[in-house]
Amino acid sequence: MAVLRHSAAFPFLLLLALLICIPALASGVWLNDGGGGVEEEEGEQFSEELFLKPLPDRKVLAHFHFQSTAPPSAANGRHHHLFPKAIAQLVQKFRIKELELSFTQGRWNYENWGGSDPISSTNAKPPGVELWALFDLPVMEIDATWKDLTHALSGLFCASINFLESSTSYFAPSWAFRSNVSNLRYGALPREAVCTENLTPWLKLLPCRDKAGLASLLDRPSIYKGYYHSQRLQLTSTKSIGIVLKQTLTVVLKPDVQRNSAHSSLDKPIQPSWSVSSMFKKNVTGLCVPAKTSRIFFELETNMVVELEKLGYGVSLSNSIFDLSPNPVRVFKESNPLPGRSNSIIYEYINYSEHEPLDLGMKWKLPFIWSCSQAPFHVSRFLMGSGNERGSIAISLQSTESNKEFLAKSHGCNVQVLIFQVVPWYVKVYYHTLQVFIDGKPQSVSDVIEKIQVSPSEDKLFPGTLELMLRYPCSVQSVALTLDFDKGFLHIDEYPPDANQGFDIPSALVTFPNFHSSRSYVEDNFSLNSPLLLKFQEKNVVRSYTEALLVPLTTPDFSMPYNVITFTCTVLALFFGSLLNVLRRRVGEEERLLNSKDTTRIRLIPLLLSKFSSKLKGRTDGTPKSSSLLGSKFLLILVAVLAVLWHYISN
Amino acid sequence: MAAEAGDGKPQPGRRPRSRLIVRLGALLVAHSVLVSVVCCIAGSIAFLLLPVLAKNTYVSENALMPGSANPMFSSQDVVEANRFLKEILDRGSAKVTGTEIAKLIGQHVVDVGAELYYHKFHPHGNQFHPLHFFSSITNTMEMQYNSSCTLFGLNSVGIIRAPRGDGKEAIVLVTPYNSQNIGQSEALSLGLAFSIFSLLSRVTWLAKDIVWLAADSRYGEYTAVDSWLKDYHNPLFLSNSGKIGTGVCFEENILHLLDQLKVKGPRYNIFKRAGTMAAALVFKVIEKKEKEERDSLTIYAEASNGQMPNLDLINIVHYLAVHRQGLRVKIGSMHSLLKAAWLKFVGEMLQLFGKLTKHLNPKWKFDITSAEYVEGTATLASSIYYQALGIPTGSHGAFRDYQVDAITLELSPRFSLNNENNRSAFLLRGGRLIEGVIRSVNNLLEKFHQSFFLYFLTAPHKFVSVGVYMIPFALLLAPLPIVSAALFSGNDNLGVSTEKVNQEPGCIGSSDTELRSGSWKWLQAAKVVFMIHLWAIIVSLLPYMLSQFPFMTPITLLLVWAALSICILLICYLIFGACSTHCGWELLKSVMIAAASTGLSLMSVINFSTAQIGAMLIVPMCLLVQPLRKQMQAGVCRKAVLVICNLTLAVVGFPPVALLIAKGACEGFGEAGAGSFWELAQLLWSWNSATYLYLLWIHLPCWVLCLHIFLYPCIGRSSEA
Repeated sequence: MAVLRHSAAFPFLLLLALLICIPALASGVWLNDGGGGVEEEEGEQFSEELFLKPLPDRKVLAHFHFQSTAPPSAANGRHHHLFPKAIAQLVQKFRIKELELSFTQGRWNYENWGGSDPISSTNAKPPGVELWALFDLPVMEIDATWKDLTHALSGLFCASINFLESSTSYFAPSWAFRSNVSNLRYGALPREAVCTENLTPWLKLLPCRDKAGLASLLDRPSIYKGYYHSQRLQLTSTKSIGIVLKQTLTVVLKPDVQRNSAHSSLDKPIQPSWSVSSMFKKNVTGLCVPAKTSRIFFELETNMVVELEKLGYGVSLSNSIFDLSPNPVRVFKESNPLPGRSNSIIYEYINYSEHEPLDLGMKWKLPFIWSCSQAPFHVSRFLMGSGNERGSIAISLQSTESNKEFLAKSHGCNVQVLIFQVVPWYVKVYYHTLQVFIDGKPQSVSDVIEKIQVSPSEDKLFPGTLELMLRYPCSVQSVALTLDFDKGFLHIDEYPPDANQGFDIPSALVTFPNFHSSRSYVEDNFSLNSPLLLKFQEKNVVRSYTEALLVPLTTPDFSMPYNVITFTCTVLALFFGSLLNVLRRRVGEEERLLNSKDTTRIRLIPLLLSKFSSKLKGRTDGTPKSSSLLGSKFLLILVAVLAVLWHYISN
Repeated sequence: MAAEAGDGKPQPGRRPRSRLIVRLGALLVAHSVLVSVVCCIAGSIAFLLLPVLAKNTYVSENALMPGSANPMFSSQDVVEANRFLKEILDRGSAKVTGTEIAKLIGQHVVDVGAELYYHKFHPHGNQFHPLHFFSSITNTMEMQYNSSCTLFGLNSVGIIRAPRGDGKEAIVLVTPYNSQNIGQSEALSLGLAFSIFSLLSRVTWLAKDIVWLAADSRYGEYTAVDSWLKDYHNPLFLSNSGKIGTGVCFEENILHLLDQLKVKGPRYNIFKRAGTMAAALVFKVIEKKEKEERDSLTIYAEASNGQMPNLDLINIVHYLAVHRQGLRVKIGSMHSLLKAAWLKFVGEMLQLFGKLTKHLNPKWKFDITSAEYVEGTATLASSIYYQALGIPTGSHGAFRDYQVDAITLELSPRFSLNNENNRSAFLLRGGRLIEGVIRSVNNLLEKFHQSFFLYFLTAPHKFVSVGVYMIPFALLLAPLPIVSAALFSGNDNLGVSTEKVNQEPGCIGSSDTELRSGSWKWLQAAKVVFMIHLWAIIVSLLPYMLSQFPFMTPITLLLVWAALSICILLICYLIFGACSTHCGWELLKSVMIAAASTGLSLMSVINFSTAQIGAMLIVPMCLLVQPLRKQMQAGVCRKAVLVICNLTLAVVGFPPVALLIAKGACEGFGEAGAGSFWELAQLLWSWNSATYLYLLWIHLPCWVLCLHIFLYPCIGRSSEA
């Protein structure tokens, strides 16, 4: 303003200079974020990746991985370029160290889709919502913070996560979920329905939403038609790195089957051919400009490679069994400690062109069968018994064939299994009834169980939890654990207002601490700049979730309680009352008592009746005879009959 | 009269005040004869009116929405069913081991992309064990494993996991087939089941898992389904230890199977589960001799002890079968009643009455045609009979023990199944029906709870609910306590009045006058009644001992049973007979009636139909029974009527006779012999039917006591008064 007053030419020049400067500044910012500047470690980053893998049961796994990081330095104050502000505020406000929230629909099929690879051990989640968070707070404040956090997340993701606020639905596992932490809270809502209303806020956290980049593939009808759908949000916040937000979406889709008459003659049906555009009904439209990397990976599983080599086909992009359509940019091979064995192969594609959509496709030519990597034990959990009174929970572990190769890896011939199980309070588990059967023989609990921690449930306050570590020889084929329980009664307002199907027991988590699902890749020039592959190389233990269970509890029929209850109660009261009366009374004695007392008091109804009848008969004396009483009864009945008749005729 | 006699004593000025309800009771007791006659007649009339009072069924649960979606079962699936049928018949004709068809089913299930396992079971006979009467979970640990390798059945089970479901609930489809000797109709039902299964593996709307159990009915359908359910709900983790011998040969069988399946993957002998069962459908194709104008469907629903599945399950099947697929739906009916002339007469009377009432008030809906009435009654009778018998009418009964609603659907085609076109049309109808039912149950968000569980069917679309059918029973039962009270009070008053006049001539032996006088005298009668009931319990346990001796014909067993019972009864008489004659027969009758009414009301809670039929026999018997000597004192006409009534009731009321008559009326007097009662009793106890307990614990003692009163030696004081 002061300049303005001095001369007219100077401000014009200044404005010009500013105009020239702005694009340069702006491009500098973009370069810092997207390009390979020196300061890239400092700035906020975003990367997007898609991982595709054919599955043995004619389905395809697609795993989206979006990662945003925000550096710890408060250079920008409270403002961010790329990182979602809502998440940053969440982390700051609730002092979150780690958080994981998953929305899942459908069940992960551990037998057919893999049980020990990195995807299944970190991304297979129980149905519904699962939330756990690790706080950087004193223990006293954690519960209150957890409640606030659930409400904040509930608003952020349009889900009923706020039901996790009540102390009956969350728990602080001490060692079975994460080793030895006291400030962790875990909660699960098995019944939560997951739909696009949860996906939209999740997409809003991405810088390009679903308008560009890989996220533009997320066509709602096609991803929700899949067999498994798990959207996950993982937060880690440390002082050194800052906040890392990993958003993953794992879907299992079934490509459309073209009923080819040519192949129907074959005894085994051929795998359906697919491409990214045919599966998602959309193309990758352009780049998400802020993304540092945007790539697609395609994996051929270990067993697939082994089978291919067995059949004599080398592993190439196009052999007589299948064709992979575009050529990859790079190929990674997994390195395995066991030499002379084939391993999984990952092909990398980079999405850099805006005009030419990256349409990765696989075309099958011959029927081909392989199996996927299995967890050492297949876990299933089920309810035993019937009726509304009691039952048992059984967890059974069945050894899979892949056990043997793990055994070679693991030193010492003992398998460790960690079981983490939360049970709502209305299922009253008797933990002393824990029985362990190994290969059909009952074992004394102390022989098998290395470590156990039980916190019994408290009515309407805390759920019961069981943390258990089993150790048994690795030659064991099957292990079964049973726990008996009684079904509790709920107060009438504790029943859910909606459809009553039964009550859920959340999934148990079974972890195999000896077995790890890490991969390592032998590619020398592979600069480790892919967050997804870096994640694959992390040393994660193999874990699997069991099914959620449905416990039918005694439920009053809310539509007709009162007439039934009142009617039965009246009948029972009448019956027992009169029975007691009959049994208790001595009629003769009472009569004698009455006679001696010489009472003349007459009850109200007989008095009225007698007066009424005496008036009718024109008598005036107050003591009616029995005949007049009979007459009054007759009259009463007559009136009643008349009234009934009148009612019907008038109707 | 009793009340008035009591009233007469005090002076008119100071009438003892008593409550209204007591006075009403006294009034009823005073007019007990009238009340009992009225109640019995009203009860019988109300019972006969039940078909008239039946209501039309309706789908109560809105979520079911039967028939709201277009069926997806197409001719393509029919082709698949036909192909599967052909393969089964080809294999079946080869006459190989029983696992051949299981293998074929397994192969197809795996090809469809579903999970498969084989469930091996040992056939076990139902054994009567008095201590495990009501617990359906028998300890299978005690099962003998000394059976050879060949003595086992092999159920093949396929599971479709619902793509987006959470696996908490499942729908079960059951198709029984005889693996040793498979006929065309069984093969057809397997083909139908497989085509539905493969359709369901492709559909996207599944919310609950689908379990298909191809039950090996070599040792009976029920055994196969029941042992599968037992292993589903109460598995034994110990099982491997005791049966090494059979386990090994089973492993060989399975390995053999696996070799031929050429499928790698999970082991097929591991039992897999799919959550809580929402409903189960047992369906089979039966080729009938008589040809009808339409394909027909027969529904069986009765499970053990008269338990019924939720009416909604029957409703949706009926709705879809009639309104969508044009099938003729039938349920069992008592054929002997269809031609009964008296029933037709009653029907015509009712028709006339209906017209009359309609004339009076058009709102009253009593209009029922005579033919409808007869048919309704016949169906109702069979419904009551099968519920009363307490034996499940099919393998769906096994599900009810685990609180799962299940029914059996028996599809029978119109024409011969050899004709390709007819078969395809039939398969299309059947497939669409079952698909529709599954789709409805799949829609269900809750458990089946909306509609009725306690009902009788009078037609596939008509039912009598518990609120209505309780009325006749209540009316029949009502006179019992009243008469009991009347007899008791009458005896009491008479005793009091006569005691002052003279000592009783019959009871010289007992000097304990204090006990006899006053209100404690009924204890004598109660002792007798209690003894008889104790005897009945011993009699009911005798078959357990007898069945330990093998190789005896039913007739000898029955005779031994009867002889032993009579012996024990005689011993009882010898021990306690002396004092049993002291008390008057009125008191005895009063206590007996009280015991019978308690027993009947208890039974009505457990199995209503049994109680209903029992009440129709016991109540008149109890009310009419009088000592023969007393009857002789009455007039000739009355005497004859009373004696004849008593005698007929005594004959008909005898439990074996009653049971045989009921069976004969419903299933025809085919081979009614002396041994058939033993067989029937064996059937009842082996199915853990509460009817057995009722017959021997309530009906039999009541009958014996009635007989005892009928042949009572001294007439007692009532005749003297």
